[in-house]
Amino acid sequence: MAPKQVRKGSRNPDLIRGLGKFSRSKMYHKRGLWAIKAKNGGAFPTHTKSTTTSAVSAEKVKFYPADDVKKPLANRRKERPTKLRASITPGTVLIILTGRFKGKRVVFLKQLSSGLLLVTGPFKINGVPLRRVNQAYVIATSTKVDIATVNVDKFDDKYFAKKVEKKKTKGEGEFFEADKEEKNVLPTEKKDDQKAVDASLIKAIESVPELKAYLGARFSLKSGMKPHELVF
Amino acid sequence: MPFKRYVEIGRVALVNFGKDYGKLVVIVDIIDQNRALVDSPDMIRSQMNFKRLTLTDITIDIKRSPNKKTLIAAMEAADVMNKWENSSWGRKLSVQTRRASLNDFDRFKIMLAKIKKAGIVRQELAKLKKESTA
Repeated sequence: MAPKQVRKGSRNPDLIRGLGKFSRSKMYHKRGLWAIKAKNGGAFPTHTKSTTTSAVSAEKVKFYPADDVKKPLANRRKERPTKLRASITPGTVLIILTGRFKGKRVVFLKQLSSGLLLVTGPFKINGVPLRRVNQAYVIATSTKVDIATVNVDKFDDKYFAKKVEKKKTKGEGEFFEADKEEKNVLPTEKKDDQKAVDASLIKAIESVPELKAYLGARFSLKSGMKPHELVF
Repeated sequence: MPFKRYVEIGRVALVNFGKDYGKLVVIVDIIDQNRALVDSPDMIRSQMNFKRLTLTDITIDIKRSPNKKTLIAAMEAADVMNKWENSSWGRKLSVQTRRASLNDFDRFKIMLAKIKKAGIVRQELAKLKKESTA
């Protein structure tokens, strides 16, 4: 027997919209329904009927509610992270446009589940730590850094969550002293994470000539530069 | 003041407007006062308004409406592409396209190179000045 061939499209081409080329009897023959019947002994093969809702529909429902209760529409929306621009791939150099690091050129690591982009300076090169950044406030350049040696699996949105502090009850005398809270010191754990990620990254960056200086410099528009004509 | 570049059969022109912007084409026939039949090895022969064409200095030796094979042979014989690329106009155009396609990283590298070159030039100039005054 010839191998099973998957059929593409309908067997009944349109003459015009709504009118097929072949009549019902011709289509019966083309679909091979006569062969299916013959194989099944003169009748169409049937499924064995399953007994399901017969019990419920038997008794008559005596009570109908007075007002129509509206059913809310079914919400099929699936929550997923923001669609990542095709130009942004792991290792791309991005230009941050807003915030205290505006103009900084930064290496993209991965997209987090919230949709934000995980990014690092590297810290030693331009002072940008492991940070989250919104895709909308970023220009993607076409320069890529080799990021294969970097492990970013442990970073997710929870890593960047703000620490919840215990509420301090303000007493009169303690007013002035209580304000002198200890400054937010970065836990050493985060510093070590930064160093670990940056170590292999910096090696990859130093293998490309002038890339280190490039990442250390800020981007700015000079006279005569037209952003809509620039190729990034 | 007199014209030097004439519209004639065999005149190579640059398309300055429209779908074929930037292409070099050859005027192969003249349709009327405003339009020419124009052809190039990589396009279908078509009409073009003269306003879309900028004439170049290059001409090739063809008869009116040659077939594609003859046209390509004549272009090879006149060495149009090399003449164009070595002309100052052609070189300027290629520099423009190169500059327009520069990456952000490329622009940075060029900036560093310019600064370096200017530094070297200034050093040499200082040396020369010293020698001339000494």
